[in-house]
Amino acid sequence: MRRTVEIGIPVLGMLLGLAGCQKGAVTPVLHPKANGAALVESSGGKQAGFVGSPLDQPLVVQVNDAQGNGVAGALVSFTAAGDAAVKPATGLTADDGTLTVNCQLGSVSGRYRIVATTWDKQGKPITLNLDEIALGYQQNLGRQLNEKYCARCHNQESTVERVSNYDNLATKPHSFTDGNFYNTVNDADIAAIITYGGAARHQSAEMPSYGGTLSKSDVDALVSYVRAISDPPYHEKGLTYARQ
Amino acid sequence: MRSKLTSAWRTLFGDSARAFGSLSVILLLCLAVVPAKDHFREWTGYQAGYLRYIANRGDAATLKRRFEGGIQQTWLPAIGVVDRCTTCHVALKATSLEGNGPQPYRPHPVIPHKLDQFGCVLCHRGQGVATTVQEAHNSTLAWEQPILPARYIESGCGQCHQNKLTGTPQLNQGRQLLGEYGCVHCHTLNLADGNKIAPSDHPPLLTHIAEKTTREWIYAWLKNPQAYAVSATMPNFGFSDDDARDISAFLIAQSTKLNVAPPAVTQPSADSSGEGSSLYGESFCASCHAMQNAAGMLVGGNVGPELTRVGSKVKPEWLVSWLSNPGNWSPNTVMPHYRFDAKQLGLLARYLGSQTDSDFLAHVSLSPATQEQIDHGKKLVNERGCASCHVINGIKKPDNFAPDLTEVGSRSLAKIVFVPGVEHDLPSYLAAKIRNPHQFGSAMKMPQFTLTTTQINALVNALLAQTDRAEGLPANLRVPGPAPSDYEPAGPAGQLIADLRCFSCHSINGRGGDMAPDLSIEGSAVQRPWLVAFLKAPNTLRPALIRRMPRFNLSDKEAQTLADYILTVYQTPAFDAASLPASSFTQTERDHGKQLFYSKYACQSCHIVDPNTDKGYVGPTLTQAGLRLNAAWIVNYLKDPQKLRPGTIEPNQHIPDEDARDLAAFLMAQTKTPKEKGK
Repeated sequence: MRRTVEIGIPVLGMLLGLAGCQKGAVTPVLHPKANGAALVESSGGKQAGFVGSPLDQPLVVQVNDAQGNGVAGALVSFTAAGDAAVKPATGLTADDGTLTVNCQLGSVSGRYRIVATTWDKQGKPITLNLDEIALGYQQNLGRQLNEKYCARCHNQESTVERVSNYDNLATKPHSFTDGNFYNTVNDADIAAIITYGGAARHQSAEMPSYGGTLSKSDVDALVSYVRAISDPPYHEKGLTYARQ
Repeated sequence: MRSKLTSAWRTLFGDSARAFGSLSVILLLCLAVVPAKDHFREWTGYQAGYLRYIANRGDAATLKRRFEGGIQQTWLPAIGVVDRCTTCHVALKATSLEGNGPQPYRPHPVIPHKLDQFGCVLCHRGQGVATTVQEAHNSTLAWEQPILPARYIESGCGQCHQNKLTGTPQLNQGRQLLGEYGCVHCHTLNLADGNKIAPSDHPPLLTHIAEKTTREWIYAWLKNPQAYAVSATMPNFGFSDDDARDISAFLIAQSTKLNVAPPAVTQPSADSSGEGSSLYGESFCASCHAMQNAAGMLVGGNVGPELTRVGSKVKPEWLVSWLSNPGNWSPNTVMPHYRFDAKQLGLLARYLGSQTDSDFLAHVSLSPATQEQIDHGKKLVNERGCASCHVINGIKKPDNFAPDLTEVGSRSLAKIVFVPGVEHDLPSYLAAKIRNPHQFGSAMKMPQFTLTTTQINALVNALLAQTDRAEGLPANLRVPGPAPSDYEPAGPAGQLIADLRCFSCHSINGRGGDMAPDLSIEGSAVQRPWLVAFLKAPNTLRPALIRRMPRFNLSDKEAQTLADYILTVYQTPAFDAASLPASSFTQTERDHGKQLFYSKYACQSCHIVDPNTDKGYVGPTLTQAGLRLNAAWIVNYLKDPQKLRPGTIEPNQHIPDEDARDLAAFLMAQTKTPKEKGK
């Protein structure tokens, strides 16, 4: 009997210890109350933010049925590339079929693909990709400079605080997200247009020269910002090395 | 068995020669342990891995030549940096490598500083001296400083830079929020350059609050300030019904009467309902005050309180008295003294009084206050530190009501009480405390603020910049912000500038706001007749601006006094404003200037000279530039806009002297109103 107690106490202690090591909180498993036929983006895609930071606007996705009406109570699950994170990572859609989540970007600059998944009645997954852009220091500086100097003309959208000058220009400036244009121009030429004005590279003279106002590192920052937000994405054509 | 051992012993240690030989071998093996241990250190693996990683690249030879093996160290005694991070992060300067390659072989992203000038831990934190991954990055072994998450990296900049940097929007926003949300009323926060962050939320005086509003409104406001105004910066103190009842009783009881003669008011006629709204618009109240529009969006500035439900708050007699001269009620208010006449007062008061919300006070009914309630209310007001922000009769402003935050960014973890669910590091603690102070105990005095995740992120950045290292940095590394100025203009014009609260929006000689242009050298720019007319009736120079100079209804004499002072005192020493009379220009110069304006410099993209053809509205309208500006100003401004107006977005195009002169000649000829030009 004594022997059983002698062994029993350490064993009990070990069991208690093991139980204590387990994580106390158990994440509740969500069960879908309904299934949709399509998953669409309401808002929140293609945002840019500082690396590692939460995005300003939430991601809103909507689950629809075959008729295009919102489905309430459908399960949507999010996975994020790299160390980006979506909170909450899973959720059920609200009465109007939408689900709103917040996204925090990863800690390296670049594009992060957020994949939202819902399941139809047959259990087949339906996915939706949302690409978010993380800006490093240089690109973020470019973004601030763009807001101050460039967006007045290059951004067609007017806000309450800033009325766009786009419509007033004889030659319409390119939106900085216009990859079809900017991806065909090399870094040196974009920098030259900013520094010496549009006329210096056979573009519109309405683009003034900013070389006297912005420093070289400011201009580089603007170029890197334009590259970062370009749509379709910009792929640097660098040297390619032969493998040995 | 035994015999075997004995024979082995004899073989090894049988005689002195054998013993010497064996002991030498054992000693050698023992000595080999240390170099062997060193050989298998973590960092040697990373360095070998790097050489394998670059081996197949075309630029392998260059990269290999730049690679230095062994423990690498950046030692900067002046700023207390001893960093061995580059032992594993060997490729920080190898810009030809991919930015998104595997760690630790990524090059450092582009920043404005040299890596060996500042080291790593100054911005990234972590243990610089450690040479293992765990110890360098995490807070194992009770290290104080784990690596800072990327979203707080701007705090590193804030240790040296107390000025506003373009590249650190989060840090700037955080520092601004500390003032806007009044954090610095209770917490002291000294920046390393010796400046203090000053509150910019302008909490009202409560000494005459019974004249202004009712006890019911105070009660409802205390229960939930954001229910009255979504943009309210006053935090929610989580008062119980009884507490709110007692505090409202005390605030009404301490309120004293203020003897202000009631202004003359003409009650507007019933059919003039739209005029009040128009006057609100024409007076540019929205430059400072916001109102919710029909769609629920806030429209307007955040300098003054939101006015969406102001009619449910203020008493009509107080409102007209306030509108007629706010300074009577609050000597330090930022609201200007408009010269409204009796009719305007009636219109504006009725319009604002009609901005009500019947739901807000629907469920509030308070029985008359008892002395016991008043006493309890006073006790609560003392306990919760209301007087840190508000002036209240009979309550002294508490000193150091909340902890000093000057060195909060290097607060020792041992001094912090953590709660479950909050990670054991300083940034997580700060964010959790700001998000929900009451999770750290219900006795916590800090109230609940209404902040977005982005705002909290910005605040944590600003707080993490407040380190003891920042305090001790050598002076040559410090980039101080502008020193606060107590500039006070003198004489009758000085009184007018104070009465009109020009400093609320304009900056002069380092003092004042940044909503409107700096006026320090405005006297060199403009002509007197234009300035007098503008002060009397500010017109729209920039069609796209929402925040505009209000019309104060100044008298002729007031406008002239102000104009004369501005023209005499606020002059630049750089040039003589009167040196280039408009009559000195020739027609040839004007014609050439016109050509330059429309083709070479394409000024019409941003400015309007001829409203029939030009459309640009980024910069000010120049239709009457010849009546407004001095030619000498135009010439000097065109040659270097940022020199005369720091921060302007007008690009410096290195315009040569003769072009600048011709452009000035063309602009000085623009003297007709848009209407006249239209003909």
